[in-house]
Amino acid sequence: MSTSYLRAILAVTWKDLTAELRSRELLSAMLVFSVLVLLIFYFALELDVQTRSEITAGALWVTFAFAGTLGLNRSMAIEKDRGCLDGLLLVPVDRSAIYFGKALSNLAFMLAVEAIVLPLYSIMYNVNLFYPGLLGVTLLGSVGYTAVGTLLSAMSVQTRTRDVLLPILLFPVIIPVFVAAVKASGGFLNGAEWSEIIPWVNILLVYDVIFIAVAFMVFDFVIEE
Amino acid sequence: MSPSIEVTRLVKRFGLKNVLRGLDFQVQSGEFVALLGPNGAGKTTFLRILASLSRPTLGQVRVAGHRLPEQSAAVRRRLGVVSHLPLLYGDLTAEENLQFYGRMYGVPNLNVRIQEVLDMVGLSTRRRDLVRTFSRGMQQRLAIGRAVLHDPDVMLFDEPYTGLDQDASEMLDSVLKNVAAAGRTVVMTSHDLARAEDLATRFDVLSRGVIAASVTRTDLQNSNLLTFYKQALAG
Repeated sequence: MSTSYLRAILAVTWKDLTAELRSRELLSAMLVFSVLVLLIFYFALELDVQTRSEITAGALWVTFAFAGTLGLNRSMAIEKDRGCLDGLLLVPVDRSAIYFGKALSNLAFMLAVEAIVLPLYSIMYNVNLFYPGLLGVTLLGSVGYTAVGTLLSAMSVQTRTRDVLLPILLFPVIIPVFVAAVKASGGFLNGAEWSEIIPWVNILLVYDVIFIAVAFMVFDFVIEE
Repeated sequence: MSPSIEVTRLVKRFGLKNVLRGLDFQVQSGEFVALLGPNGAGKTTFLRILASLSRPTLGQVRVAGHRLPEQSAAVRRRLGVVSHLPLLYGDLTAEENLQFYGRMYGVPNLNVRIQEVLDMVGLSTRRRDLVRTFSRGMQQRLAIGRAVLHDPDVMLFDEPYTGLDQDASEMLDSVLKNVAAAGRTVVMTSHDLARAEDLATRFDVLSRGVIAASVTRTDLQNSNLLTFYKQALAG
C-alpha cells in the first residue's frame, strides 16, 4: 500500500470525523434513534428474565442495523451536498481509497453508537453485555455491516430515492452478517460452548473479508456516473 | 507543440438521446476559451467528460497529453475544476477544506501553499471560519482556491458566475484573471456574454452537440460577441 494511498484514506476519515465532531448531526440522529428503539422494545415487550436473555442479541442487532442505515445515508448525503462527491472523484488517487476512508469513518460512528447503546441496554434490562467475545462479535458484525453499507450507500446516493433505496438494497445483502452476529452474540450471552459459537464467528470473518475485497474491486464502477 | 486539450468526434449518449454528436475541439496551451451555448446544448456534459467525471460514448479525448478515460488519474493530477457548486464541506473551515484537498492531491509544503492560495482569493482573514457561514461569492472564491491548490495546468470552469451578485462577480473576475495570467489553459462555460468577452481569448459556440462556430478575440475586434453568438445559433 503506497504512502499516497494511505494518506488519502486517512484524509477522508479525518475530514468525516472533523465535520461530524463539529456538527454532530449524524451521531445525534443515530443515538436518538437507537435509544427510541430500545425504549419501544422496553415498553412493548414485558419480558421475564429467561426470555430477556434470549431476545437480547436480536434486539441489539436490530437497533444497530436500523441506526447504522441512518448513519450510512447521512454520511454519503454529505458528499452529495455542494457537489463534494465530484470534488472527491476529481482527486488523482485510486477511488478505493475514498471507499476505505468512508468505511473507516462509518465504522467509527457505528462503534461510537454501540459504545453508548450497550451500557444503556445493560442498565435497562439488567443484563451483563460485557463479555470480551460479545464485544469481538460486535466489532466483526459492524465491520461487515459498514463494508457493505458504504458500498451500497455510494450506489444509492446517485439516485433520487436514496433514503428509501439504501435499506432495500442493504438488508437482503446483510442477512448473513445479521444472522451470524445474532447467533454468535446469543451464544456468548447464554453461555454456549465455544464449538457452537465458532461457526458463526467464522461466517462473520469470511463475510467481512469477501465484502471488503468486493468493495475494493467494484467501488470505482459503482461511484462513477 | 501539442494542444492542451484535443477532442475528436466526441459522442455522448444518455439512453437514446445524443447530447454530443461528433464534437471536435482543440485548445492550445495558455488559451482561455469561453464555451457558449443555450441551456441543454451539452456544455456541462462536455466539461464533465474533460474532467474525467463522465465517460465518452465514442471519440477520442486527450487532456494535458493524456488519453481519457484510460489515463484519468494522470489527467486529474493536472486539472482544476470549478463548477457552480463549490465542492466544499460546510462543516469544515476554509483552511481545513484546503488541508483536506491538499492531502488528497499530495501537495508539498501544504501550509505555505494554503497561505498563498488564501491570499490569492482574498480569504486569509476568514481562514478559520466555517465554509457554511460564507456568502455564495466567498464560497466560489474558495472553490477557485481549492481548484488551483495543486497548481494545475488546465482549468475548467462550469458556469462559475451562477448565483453571484454584481460585487461578487467582479471579485471573481479578478480572481479568474489571476488564474489565467499564470499561463494556465482555461475552458469556461458561461451564459454571461459580457463577462466571457472580457476574460476569454477565444469564443466557441456549442449548439446541438457540436461546436457551431469559433472565433478568436482578435478576429472579433470589429464585431461584437452577441451578434456572433446569435449568428452561430441561427446558422
